[in-house]
Order: sequence, then structure tokens, then C-alpha cells
Amino acid sequence: MAEAYVEAGGLPDPSVWSCPAPLRDGPVVVLGHGGGGALSAELVSEVFAPAYGNEILSGLGDSAILPLGGTRLAFSTDAYVVRPLFFPGGCIGDLAVNGTVNDLAMSGARAAFLSCAFILEEGTELAVVERVARAMGSAAAAAGVVVATGDTKVVDAGHGDGIYVTTSGVGLVPEGVDIRPQRARPGDVVVVSGPVGLHGVAVLSVREGLEFGVEIASDTAPLGGLVAAMLGVTRDLHVLRDPTRGGVAASLNEIAAASGTGVVLTEEAVPVPEPVANACGFLGLDPLYVANEGRLIAFVPREHADAVLAAMRAHPQGAGAAVIGECVAEHPGMVVARTRLGGTRVVDLPVGEQLPRIC
Amino acid sequence: MRYLDEFQDPALARRLLDEIRATVTRPWALMEVCGGQTHSIIRHGIDQLLPSEVELIHGPGCPVCVTPLEMIDKALAIASRPDVVFCSFGDMLRVPGSGRDLFRVKSAGGDVRVVYSPLDALEIARRTPEKQVVFFGIGFETTAPANAMAVHQARRLGVRNFSLLVSHVRVPPAIEAIMRSPHCRVQGFLAAGHVCSVMGVGEYPALAERFRVPLVVTGFEPLDILEGVRRTVRQLERGEHRVENAYPRAVRDEGNPAALRMLAEVFEVADRAWRGIGTIPASGWRLADAYREFDAEHRFDVTDMRAEEPAACRSGEVLQGLLKPYECAAFGKACTPRTPLGATMVSGEGACAAYYLYRRLSPGPAAATGKEATSVG
Amino acid sequence: MCLAVPGKVVGVEERDGTRMAKVDFGGVVKDVCLAYLPEIEVGDYAIVHVGFALQRLDEEAALATLELFARMGALEEEFGDAWGRAAAEAGEPEVPR
Repeated sequence: MAEAYVEAGGLPDPSVWSCPAPLRDGPVVVLGHGGGGALSAELVSEVFAPAYGNEILSGLGDSAILPLGGTRLAFSTDAYVVRPLFFPGGCIGDLAVNGTVNDLAMSGARAAFLSCAFILEEGTELAVVERVARAMGSAAAAAGVVVATGDTKVVDAGHGDGIYVTTSGVGLVPEGVDIRPQRARPGDVVVVSGPVGLHGVAVLSVREGLEFGVEIASDTAPLGGLVAAMLGVTRDLHVLRDPTRGGVAASLNEIAAASGTGVVLTEEAVPVPEPVANACGFLGLDPLYVANEGRLIAFVPREHADAVLAAMRAHPQGAGAAVIGECVAEHPGMVVARTRLGGTRVVDLPVGEQLPRIC
Repeated sequence: MRYLDEFQDPALARRLLDEIRATVTRPWALMEVCGGQTHSIIRHGIDQLLPSEVELIHGPGCPVCVTPLEMIDKALAIASRPDVVFCSFGDMLRVPGSGRDLFRVKSAGGDVRVVYSPLDALEIARRTPEKQVVFFGIGFETTAPANAMAVHQARRLGVRNFSLLVSHVRVPPAIEAIMRSPHCRVQGFLAAGHVCSVMGVGEYPALAERFRVPLVVTGFEPLDILEGVRRTVRQLERGEHRVENAYPRAVRDEGNPAALRMLAEVFEVADRAWRGIGTIPASGWRLADAYREFDAEHRFDVTDMRAEEPAACRSGEVLQGLLKPYECAAFGKACTPRTPLGATMVSGEGACAAYYLYRRLSPGPAAATGKEATSVG
Repeated sequence: MCLAVPGKVVGVEERDGTRMAKVDFGGVVKDVCLAYLPEIEVGDYAIVHVGFALQRLDEEAALATLELFARMGALEEEFGDAWGRAAAEAGEPEVPR
């Protein structure tokens, strides 16, 4: 191709420069399908939703709300494949408990019972399994939830990363509570419960090839208590979301898309701990896209915002809560950040997993 | 002094912006060559804060975009081998070769690893002597010394199972190619600060003179970029075309002598193919003869691999500011951020993606310039 | 091509015959190769790219740049006219290339 474009002088004509596009429609699963971004969303909408198609699933909340015997049951399941298994501030065990507890909490439910399935790789040390199980036990006790049933399978050596865990959980949604992404309304105040990016950076800091020293720990924590405290102020919370994979950016984009509203973020107001900001700086990551495991984002009606914020700050899991933006009628489906300098930028849904960049 | 937040100060940014507004009297088209600067411009919304006379054209300074297709294919072929651990910077994993990318090689069982530094790849080679460890040595002058050192250390320490797949490019020949284009609209350059931290500024006066174009060495923080713009515009308004250093805290005229010595020892200047363009003479580096045994192309016998480039989109014209993204027939139809035809639509800082997003943000003709989108919310 | 960030050298050691440093990026510490900045000392700041210190950051130059920005605005406020700006530019070092 090149020759045709080369000028007489020996230099190619840059007016025909072009750049490569990433492949999207491959026939196989890639890591990005699990990254919580656009690829994950496509997998759900194009493969899973058509296969199981029902109204409950199409709600696409963190947990499903099931009418059952006059009550509303929140039901959620989540698989954990974090690597390494142990990281500053936690391990795959507490993550698996807190993650499902939090998914339930995001519909206002207090988790009551969990199930737990282990996939163990042949050759994994039993002491490691025990450490993970103990961590799960302590996390369950802390969250006030009972691990009521479980299962274990073992796969051949080389077919797993030591331990994978899947947990499912149920809890009751209190009367009068209707929390889901579709309920975001223009005028809602957007609140985050504390500093963001800690979990993702803590895990990256011990990943092979990227290791760095940093005195931070994962924020993994159960959020049921915090949500109960917020509901104590008003039952009329519109949206709750725990910004795990894909971080704050993915959660806000999902809420904007589900509700047909826009979100305006004040970048300066987003609490990013300095080590998180600096680690993201040298890895070329954006803290808004980094995973959290003990934070929530709330869309709160303006008239309740002050009281809800005060209640959050009075709770240990919400001590660092901050207003980070508002829900608007403009640019539906989009999240826009006001930068420190007074400019704006669009905070788009990430395509797949965020990768360290050099450029 | 932390050399970071000081150069992000909003109050000083306003002063610089006032100064640029007071200086500019007519339209100017400036190009920032470096992808890192493009990132900073979009990340901080700087393009929307500048007066409408100042147009920033996002240049081709992204190694990920310009690494040629056949080099990606070579990487894919090597990474697919069962005896190879293939190490790369993270952002190369999504770049497509002919029908595949490194992610897909990984999903098919290839041992593909993201590392932060080429020295990490060397360390993996020392720890796993039973495997061949290959590092994908891409990048501009900023990254070349790091890759050179990895090879140098491998030879010095006798790490024979390490090799480098080299695809290094250099900025000055690219600037020359841009300026020699008959359609060139670029009137001034923000030269890439960190390239100059290594290389110094010695290669630029001849370019400034020959093409009568201001070249201002520019840093990456918001205030640095505004200062680069201010000085370039000032030169243009005065009819000057000099090389200026607006990033003196990190750039010395002579560059980094130790790095330059290592580059001269390990690499030799060579013609390089740029993706979607073809070969630009003397626009890159390859391993020097003394280091040829560490050249992954030779070791895995892929030197003769050739690849046909797929049909090109018009991002080359967009990159030079010859074509506004929305003037492309595919824009917003066949080509969107979810189904991009070219790299300018791929990432948030790509010119096409930025236009696409702002058009959604502020529908109507206003979005045509991308500047009117400032008044959101 | 150029994601390089400033960090402070907090420790220096020899490793396999190469000078290496612990560099602190505001609470994040990373091993960095000093082969290209043999003279750098603990306490200095450097620009770091993919694990290599590429250039020592010059505090004097950084302060001069910031001062220039500050003066730019101040003169405008003080004089508010072209004379003020001319004075600002006269006093501004025409940085050699």
C-alpha cells in the first residue's frame, strides 16, 4: 500500500495517514468482557439477556428484586477471580462476602443469607484455602450475614488461579423503598461515600510486572449498615450503586443510560487519595475508572441531600462522604466532568479493562 | 516543589489564558505532536478554554497508532509460540494485527504479560530460564533508552533467553513529513518535552529554519501546555520561527548524554514503516550489529513477514487538520466510538471521538467546532 | 510516547552493577534505574519514564517558570495595558533553544 502514497521526494504524504482500530467482534471471549465496560454490557445484552429473557433480568440492577409471599426479596450473585488472592487490606474471601452483601445493599436490602461456591485448583495449599475461608467467616460476621450453603469443585492443575469463589445472597427490601438506576432524576444530588480508587490501586500494587510500594489498603467493606443509616433519613433514595469494576465512571454511565438523564461531575470534589492519584499518574490510569469494593454512589433528592450526607458522615463507612455532582436533564445518557481548570470533558463508558499506558 | 500540582494551578492558568487572548489577533493552527500532550489537553478540557483563534491539531505522536501492521503481526506470531513469554506495555494489547490482537493471542493460551518497564521483562527472563522472554520495544525517543538498556543488560549479564522486538520511531522525521505535505495546515509545533529530555533540541533549529515554523518544546501539565501555546502564538504573531524551550526544568539543550551514548551503542538509525503511511527514511531505530543476537525478529525468523494494510479511513487528514471529523462520510454512521474505523475514533482523546462526544453533548451546528460545548449543565 | 512523571529520589543502591533508586511519587514508591542520571542524589527530583530516570528536574528553572506566570498576571493587573505586557516580555528571559 505504502508505495502509492510516497511522494516524489521520497517521503510519504501524511494526508493519507491512518490509524488502526481495535478489534471488537472477535469469536472468542477476551478479558475485556469481564471488565465492567462496554464489552461486558454487550455480552449481557447480546448473549445472556436473549437467552434468559425476562422482565426481572432486564432491570439490570446490582441485584434482582423478586416478589415472594408478600415480601420483596433482593437476590444477587457474583463471581470472584481476583489475582493475587491476597492483597493489601484483604483477600478474595472478604471480597466475595462484601461484594454480594453490597450488591444487595444497593437495592436497599440488608443481606440475610449467602451461598458460597469454591472452584479450587489442584495443588493449591490447604492452608491458603483455610485462610480464605476464615476471611470469609470474619467478613460474614462483620456484615451480619449467614453463609448458609455451599459447594466445592476441584479442577486440574493449570486450569485455575488457585481459588475462584462465587457467592449468592438474599435479603429483604424494606417497605416503601424503591432504589434502582432508572429512578435518577434531574436535580438529584450525586454523593460518593468516601475516597475512591483504593481497591484497584492496592491490587495493582502487588500484581506481577507492576509492583510498587504504597501505604494504602483495599477499601473492601460491607455497606449494609451505611445504607440502613441513609434509609433512616429518608426512604426516598433514588439510586445506589457500588462502583466496583469500571469504577465511578462506569457506574455513573450505567445510571445515566438507564434513567435517560445526564450527570455533571465536579472533578475537584471527587475524593481521590493522593497515593491513588499518584499511582494512577505513573501508570497512566484515570482514578474515575479504578475499582472500589467498599464505596457507594447515591442519587439523592435535593431536599434530603444535607440530611443524608450528615447521616453518611456519622457512619464509619461514610466518614469521607462527599457531594461530587448532580443529575441534569441535559445530555441524557452522558457523564460530563468539570475540570479543575474550568474546562469540561466527557467521562465515557470504558470499553474493557483499563490498561497501564506509556503514551 | 513537587513539580506537579504547581503546574496545574487554575489561577495561573487563567493568567496564561488571558495572555494568550491578548496576544492572538488571527487564526493559527498548532500541532501538539505527542499523544501524552493530547491526553492532557482533553483530560483538562484545555482545548475548550483557548480562544477560538487557536486551533490545536492532534498529531501522530502515539506509538501505539503508528506501529506498523506487519510488526504487530510479528508480535502475534512470536507471542503465539508455546516456548515464549511475551511482555508488552499495556496499551499495545488492544492494537489489532491482521485479524487478531495480543488479547486474543492471550485468550488462545499465549503467555502475554503487561509490564511497567522493559527491565521487568528482563527480570522475568532471569527467573524463567527455560522460556524465551520477548519484550515488545515500541515507542519514540523517550522510551528507546529504556529498551536499549534492557538489551545492554541482557548481554552484559548473559541473559540469552531475552530478546527485543524493536519498533522505534523518531519525531523529527515525522515533523518533516508533515511539513512536506502539500496540504499541510500546521503553522507551529508544540514539540514533545520528554522526547527532548532525552534528545535535547539539536535536531530542531534546522527544521524551524527550513519550514519557517516555530517549534516550542512543551511540557505536559496544563500550565506547560498553555505556556507552549502562548509562546508559539507569540512567535507567529511576530512573524518569527525559532526553537524555544518552554519546559526548561526537564529539558537541557544537550539532552541526556548518557542516554544518547547508550542509544548510539545499541541502536542504529534505520528507515521505519509507519502504520497507514509507509516508510519514512531514517525515521526509526533498529538494533546495531553487535546486538543482533537479541533481535527477536531474527531469533524467531519473522523478518520476512509481510502484511497487507486494510482499507484506510481518513484519519490521516483529520490528524493534520485538513478534514474536520464530521466532514468524513463515515463519521457518526459506520464510524462511532463503539465501532471505530480509525484510531482517532478509538480513545477519548482521539479527534474524531472527541467531536463525536461533543456533538452528542451539544446537538446542532454549534458542535461543529467542538468549542461551544463548554456550557454544559 | 511520553507518560513520564516527576518523583523524588529517596534511596540509592547498586544492583547487578547498575545504579538503582527508590523513587517516591507522592506516597507511591517504585524502583527506578539511574543509569542515565549517574550524578543524581537522594533528595533530587527526576522525570521518570517506564522505570528510568531521564532528566533531573531543575528547581531554579521550575521556580523561574512559575514566577514568569505569576508576573504575567500581576503586571497586567498593575498596568493593565500594552506597556505592562511589553515590560513583562522585556524582563522575561528569551530562553535559548
